[in-house]
Amino acid sequence: MRVLMLDQAKCTGCRACEYACSFEHTGKFNPLDSRIKVNEFWEDLTFVPSVCLQCERAYCEEVCPTSALTKNPETGVVELEKEKCIGCKQCIVACPWGSIKLDHTGKEVIKCDNCGGDPACIKVCYPDALSYEEVEDITNVKVLETATRLKEIAKDLVKGGA
Amino acid sequence: MIKGGFKGKLLRVNLTTKEVKSEALNEEWAKKYLGGRGYGTRLMLEEIDPKVDPLSEENKVIFATGPLDGTLAPSSGRTMVITKGPLNGAIASSNAGGHFGPALKHAGYDMIVVEGKSSEPVYIWINKGKVEIRFAREIWGKLADESDELIREQTHPLAETMTIGPAGEKLSRISSVMFNGHRASGRTGVGAAVGSKNLKGIAVRGNEDTTVADPEAFMKAVYKARDILSKDAFAGQGAAMLGTAMLVNVINGVGGLPTNNAQDAFFPEANKISGETLRENHLIRNEGCAECPIACGRVTVVKSGPYKGNIGGGPEYESIWSFGAMCGVSDLDAVISANHLCDKYGIDTISLGSTIACAMELYEKGYMPKEDAPFELRFGSGEAMLKAVELACKQEGDFGKLLAQGSYRFAEHYGHPELSMSAKKQEFPAYDPRAIKGMGLEYATSNRGACHVRGYGTAVEVLGDADQYAYEGKAALIKTLQDLTAALDSSGICLFTTFGLSANELAEMVSTATGFPIDAQEFMKIGERIWNIEKIFNLKAGFTRQDDTLPPRILSEPIKTGPSKGHVEELGKMLDEYYQLRGWDKNSVPTDEKLKELEVQILK
Ligand code: SF4
Ligand code: SF4
Repeated sequence: MRVLMLDQAKCTGCRACEYACSFEHTGKFNPLDSRIKVNEFWEDLTFVPSVCLQCERAYCEEVCPTSALTKNPETGVVELEKEKCIGCKQCIVACPWGSIKLDHTGKEVIKCDNCGGDPACIKVCYPDALSYEEVEDITNVKVLETATRLKEIAKDLVKGGA
Repeated sequence: MIKGGFKGKLLRVNLTTKEVKSEALNEEWAKKYLGGRGYGTRLMLEEIDPKVDPLSEENKVIFATGPLDGTLAPSSGRTMVITKGPLNGAIASSNAGGHFGPALKHAGYDMIVVEGKSSEPVYIWINKGKVEIRFAREIWGKLADESDELIREQTHPLAETMTIGPAGEKLSRISSVMFNGHRASGRTGVGAAVGSKNLKGIAVRGNEDTTVADPEAFMKAVYKARDILSKDAFAGQGAAMLGTAMLVNVINGVGGLPTNNAQDAFFPEANKISGETLRENHLIRNEGCAECPIACGRVTVVKSGPYKGNIGGGPEYESIWSFGAMCGVSDLDAVISANHLCDKYGIDTISLGSTIACAMELYEKGYMPKEDAPFELRFGSGEAMLKAVELACKQEGDFGKLLAQGSYRFAEHYGHPELSMSAKKQEFPAYDPRAIKGMGLEYATSNRGACHVRGYGTAVEVLGDADQYAYEGKAALIKTLQDLTAALDSSGICLFTTFGLSANELAEMVSTATGFPIDAQEFMKIGERIWNIEKIFNLKAGFTRQDDTLPPRILSEPIKTGPSKGHVEELGKMLDEYYQLRGWDKNSVPTDEKLKELEVQILK
């Protein structure tokens, strides 16, 4: 299963992902219609993208009175069935991350659907702050990163001992 | 009917009468001049007398986007500030990246025309098309980034802002306008034009879509452009890795880095202030303007020493040069601190660094009484440079006040205007025309005063395959680049895209966004038209051929050391040919035939 990964350290705050997302879903450019949101903290010039995490236990799904939201076991995506949605906004209240929201009209619930398996946002993210990866590979990368740091320490230890 | 790209509306705010109105964009102008610099200049020609005092109520300040702002076009976050320039009285336009431009489009407007003068400090709050003029008494006097925060606190945390710092409030003729608290429209003194209106800032937020005429074709063009850029050696690789500062070693390596107020053009200690050193010791992360795949912006911090903890955006190549090589300073910590201070106070780094270098020369040569300087003002002293920056930013004492008016006025005050490294009173940036010949022609003929972003010859003469020392072909090269840049500046995207994109790709994005039939040829013609109306503005303002020149040093004092040793700039070898190619007479006046061809004859 593949997931959208965010690497805050690499984000440049360009918001191209927001524009690509909104265009993919509406054919227009409007950051308010983007499922991904880049938060900027101007005081320290730090940028933090956030997007739906497709939770295993999805509160949005749990509170939805019409079962408009359901987790697809195959893709892992929590899918929104527009026709069933009554716009009660309970999912918005329930999501711990603020990842499900209303579009710019304030009327329609929208959420990340991984663009059906080919996310538009990652295509415009040149610094690779966003990636779409197999879950196992992600943990591998993290393990490798830690191991690399430990390797440097190990090398230093040897130097100290010699 | 506007089909896309533009919102089709401009906002007029009169600060004298407090009248606010929205009006339809002039479609004919949009077709002939696009947005940004082109449309703004056309409007200025229509609505103000080019002879007015730039700091008077009669001057206007326009904040303009182009048709590509607020779309996914690469690097499309530019906001152009157009006014009659406080530094020299020429037509001025100065643009910055960030996110203000797209936000203005989402709020429903292509541009804001600020008129008149408020009787007390105000800021403008544009929220989803609704406009308020609010008192800014408590914000007046605050730094640009503080003002950004305060205004967002009083409006909306996600508003995008334009603010000026104390330098603009106090009408420094080299003051800048800041976007998002850290992105500068640095040149021509636009900050003073805003300050003279008692306008502290503008906050914008909106919820409207931006649309394009042919979405499918537009996105095809956009992805093509983004792809080209990401593969380009400079835009895609070098600039992402090292920022614009990658140029320090490159330009010094060809002997074109003006040093010690351009007494030389080679700085032996360049590597200490290079992009490589910056990356190694100071870089926290890259920052990109709206939709930018290049992300040349830097976020840097000083990690140790007396300036420890100083954090902010930049410095750009030009700022590193002006506070570094131009002042003979190799202390990168001091250079970074100077840059951050300038952003906070809202003052142009290129002009200020160069003004301090000019002061250093006057001081060392004894042209300026020692007692006029509050301290020893010697080339090479990072401490002196930084102290001078502080005084200029705060406009403390006669010395600080005089520095804040730029090198030309400073040097003139001491009877040596020839030591100001400027053209039309505006300091030139980090490329020595004696070593890169086309840049001299560019500085001399630039309509807003010396500058490197009105036809960046260096891209071809140093980074490309033209001969940097040759004169042949340079007039044509500079004309072409000037025209290209004028159209690009009016489309809403960043000049850096031209490292990879040609008029073809640019025209493709502009035409699919607007629905106007614009091919590469028409795109260049739009640029030429804009260049000509800028010239007409300047002629009406009183500029003549005599103003298209360079400091005597550049024309007669050979470079002393380095790879370009012995060279001077022979401007005369290019200037007449340039006028001829432009279809202008010997006095730099556009001929009737030329204006007819460009369909702007009524304006003369
Ligand atoms: S496209 Fe990438 S770098 Fe740009 S804002 Fe989105 S996550 Fe950040
Ligand atoms: S919308 Fe929120 S709760 Fe629902 S899956 Fe996404 S992150 Fe989880």
